Amino acid sequence: MGTRRISVTVDGVAYSDDVEPRTLLVHYLRERLGKTGTVVGCDTSNCGACTVHLDGRSVKSCSVLAVQVDGSDVTTIEGLAQNGELHPVQQAFHENHGLQCGYCTPGMIMQSVDLLKDNPDPSDEEIREGLEGNLCRCTGYQNIVKSVKAAAKAGSVSAGVAGGAA
Amino acid sequence: MIPAAFDYESPASVDEALAVIAGAGDREVKVLAGGQSLIPVLRLRMNAPDLVVDLGRIAELRGVRDDGDAIAIGAMTTHDDVTREPLIRQHALLLSLAAQTVADPQVRHRGTFGGSLAHADPAADMPAPALALGAEFVIAGPSGRRTVGASDFFTDLFTTAIGEGELLVEVRVPKHTGWGAHYEKFNHVAHTWSIVGVAAAVRVEGGTIAEAKVGLTNMGLVPIRATAVEQALVGQPATADAIRAAAQNADQGTNPMSDASADEDYRRHLAKVLTGRAVLAAVG
Ligand SMILES: Cc1cc2nc3c(=O)[nH]c(=O)nc-3n(C[C@H](O)[C@H](O)[C@H](O)COP(=O)(O)OP(=O)(O)OC[C@H]3O[C@@H](n4cnc5c(N)ncnc54)[C@H](O)[C@@H]3O)c2cc1C
Ligand code: FES
Ligand code: FES
Repeated sequence: MGTRRISVTVDGVAYSDDVEPRTLLVHYLRERLGKTGTVVGCDTSNCGACTVHLDGRSVKSCSVLAVQVDGSDVTTIEGLAQNGELHPVQQAFHENHGLQCGYCTPGMIMQSVDLLKDNPDPSDEEIREGLEGNLCRCTGYQNIVKSVKAAAKAGSVSAGVAGGAA
Repeated sequence: MIPAAFDYESPASVDEALAVIAGAGDREVKVLAGGQSLIPVLRLRMNAPDLVVDLGRIAELRGVRDDGDAIAIGAMTTHDDVTREPLIRQHALLLSLAAQTVADPQVRHRGTFGGSLAHADPAADMPAPALALGAEFVIAGPSGRRTVGASDFFTDLFTTAIGEGELLVEVRVPKHTGWGAHYEKFNHVAHTWSIVGVAAAVRVEGGTIAEAKVGLTNMGLVPIRATAVEQALVGQPATADAIRAAAQNADQGTNPMSDASADEDYRRHLAKVLTGRAVLAAVG
């Protein structure tokens, strides 16, 4: 049972690697590319800690094979910050104490970014539903929702400025 | 955990996929669609195929097209696409609403309509709506394509009319343009399967229910059409009292199991309550 060659762009960098077909995307990211910011929190595809973006949509990287992403574009939590500046969602989690132990945080942030792309001004309920595939073992959901709200606000302000609106 | 080792093929067409499967001989083959049921199973090593055939590169299996009196949905269309596709929302809204309740956003981005139907988990949310709308299943095999009606597709627990060496390629759903629809799902915690789910589509004419289709999730080994409810609804005024009365028939002909989530009696009770809610929401 040999290996397959895959070409994939991760956080803006192109990689070409031989992988066993059974290799999960999350293990490829962590063990081959050293991107340990993406974590594994369960064995059942439930927790969402491993969430990354695959061609622009959120997926659980423990439930995708590395061979399946051949030719695709992957963004991990490590690819969000630009030029040393935290992404607005990262900044909002930081400012609103949206984490306790921090284990669920990479997945929470990646899913929040996906959610806000779809719905830039979500209600509390829409945030909770949008994050239903992400579990926080510290149960800090209240501040997570607050963080996403804050990020949405920051986002709409900058979008308003960019669009020239009030 | 890490799955056991397997060989992997990613054919570019249905014909090529069928040839790869036919050529596998004695080796155990598993077809991979969105992987949202299969990959967790492989990770837990509850299954260890010799060869995984990935349908993900087959463009002809994705997307929705207008097919006259029906819409044709490719097997590899994701749950997320089923929730958004304008053609589905317009002509088979029930499917969009049900798909929206499946799992969570990440799983909906990968999991497919065809995979959910082929997997035929009794607690899965897509089979009952497909049954209720009278979907037809196009199955491709070494000797060509055949079409199976909804009432013959789901044959047993995790078992469908898809035979060995065959693939589900497309699902044709008769247009239900202008029908009201609702999927009422009952579960204990977020992003989990239905304990009981009710799929309802109704056509109301001048305040009277002219036609009604109701499908039940997890009230037996296979999805079940609540025909007694459908018959009781037709001709009734679209009022809460009339709908709740008709919904009392919801457990007729069902065979719910008892498990850790609910015992049989509770499922029967849920079916009636949820059917009332689903139909009431569907008539708007
Ligand atoms: C955390 C979590 C929560 C979930 N919650 C729900 C839920 O609430 N409701 C719900 O309905 N589902 C739920 N699911 C399951 C999800 O909907 C899956 O997407 C679906 O059951 C299977 O679709 P898939 O495309 O991922 O198929 P896969 O996992 O790739 O395949 C499933 C099975 O179907 C076979 N198969 C797939 N496609 C074909 C085809 N075209 N022809 C022949 N055989 C085929 C495969 O060989 C395999 O045996 C959940 C999954 C997870 C991980
Ligand atoms: S590690 Fe992927 S969902 Fe838990
Ligand atoms: S902060 Fe600890 S798991 Fe969420």
